[in-house]
Amino acid sequence: MAQSEQEILAGLAEIVNEETGLEPSEVQSDKSFTDDLDIDSLSMMTIVVNAEEKFGVRIPDDEVKNLSTVGDAVGFIAKNQA
Amino acid sequence: MLLEGKKLLVTGVLMDSSIAFHVARLAQEEGAEVVLTSFGRTMKITTAIARRLPVAPPVVELDVTSDDDLAALADRVREHVPHLDGVVHSIGFAPQGAFDFMAAGWDDVSTALHVSAYSLASLTKAAMPLMGEGGSVVGLTFDARYAWPVYDWMGVAKAAFESTSRYLARDLGPKGMRCNIVAAGPIRTTAAKSIPGFERFEEAWGSRAPLGWDVNDAEPAARACVALLSDWFPATTGEMVHVDGGFHAVGV
Ligand SMILES: NC(=O)c1ccc[n+]([C@@H]2O[C@H](COP(=O)([O-])OP(=O)(O)OC[C@H]3O[C@@H](n4cnc5c(N)ncnc54)[C@H](O)[C@@H]3O)[C@@H](O)[C@H]2O)c1
Repeated sequence: MAQSEQEILAGLAEIVNEETGLEPSEVQSDKSFTDDLDIDSLSMMTIVVNAEEKFGVRIPDDEVKNLSTVGDAVGFIAKNQA
Repeated sequence: MLLEGKKLLVTGVLMDSSIAFHVARLAQEEGAEVVLTSFGRTMKITTAIARRLPVAPPVVELDVTSDDDLAALADRVREHVPHLDGVVHSIGFAPQGAFDFMAAGWDDVSTALHVSAYSLASLTKAAMPLMGEGGSVVGLTFDARYAWPVYDWMGVAKAAFESTSRYLARDLGPKGMRCNIVAAGPIRTTAAKSIPGFERFEEAWGSRAPLGWDVNDAEPAARACVALLSDWFPATTGEMVHVDGGFHAVGV
């Protein structure tokens, strides 16, 4: 079952919060994982693995490089969830 | 089933691309009970990935460079299984500096040797109190008899690793235990992708291996590990089994 981008963003924010302690409200579409949210590669791996599980999608390693902002990730998940 | 009732300690599951993930998966499918290890911040990733196995195994903490973790290993494993029939060493790491042969300093080289070679002995020693006659230790190498492009001090560490396996075979033999390694061809895992220039192996293997080679398929290497963990190689120890599509056997 596909979720709306809003729902995905909220879910992703929860995952990011669990990993980094960042307030879910700070996890906004235009934020860059590395530059704005200060998330390193190991945290990113953890977030990706948890997102795969939560949203039932596969996010290949080669794709992760292209997901520089939160919005990129939400878009990728929405597109591949169908 | 090949591993019916066997209890195994499998190190090195990070992602579902990890060779160890496929060893754990096949081992469970073949009837084994598996305990995983992970360490530090990767613990959370391993625990999430473990849920993708047929049965989610427990994950115990083991950083092979930590004497405390090694000393505590047997007790930590005993919380889940009473003894072990086999141990899988699927651990490799070298700092980026170790991939520049002429420039690398001892700091980087010693880390590579500590994590990637000495750990086969320290892990085996730590697991010994749980193992008895018939026990099998299996490790993974990248054939270190050659000087490869880019592999550099990791290659030297693998040569030490292969030698360590032979010494373990010598010292475990009288106790009825075996130690063997699988020399796998290149597989696209997290560790492999951290090696600068890893694509060069992928290209060479595809064209040269007589059986062909799929860098996205860890199952052939994992199958060999499972076979070596089983009772079907009872008189084989100190051996290196190539699972490389036959690459090692041919010239250009
Ligand atoms: N991928 C290949 O092309 C290839 C080929 C031949 C052999 N190998 C060997 O296979 C083994 C597994 O690697 P992989 O390719 O599956 O990559 P991987 O990145 O999935 O696994 C490497 C593992 O080593 C673990 N590790 C690193 N430092 C550690 C430490 N201090 N203590 C405990 N664990 C530690 C990591 O957590 C990770 O689980 C390695 O020994 C590697 O050299 C890999």
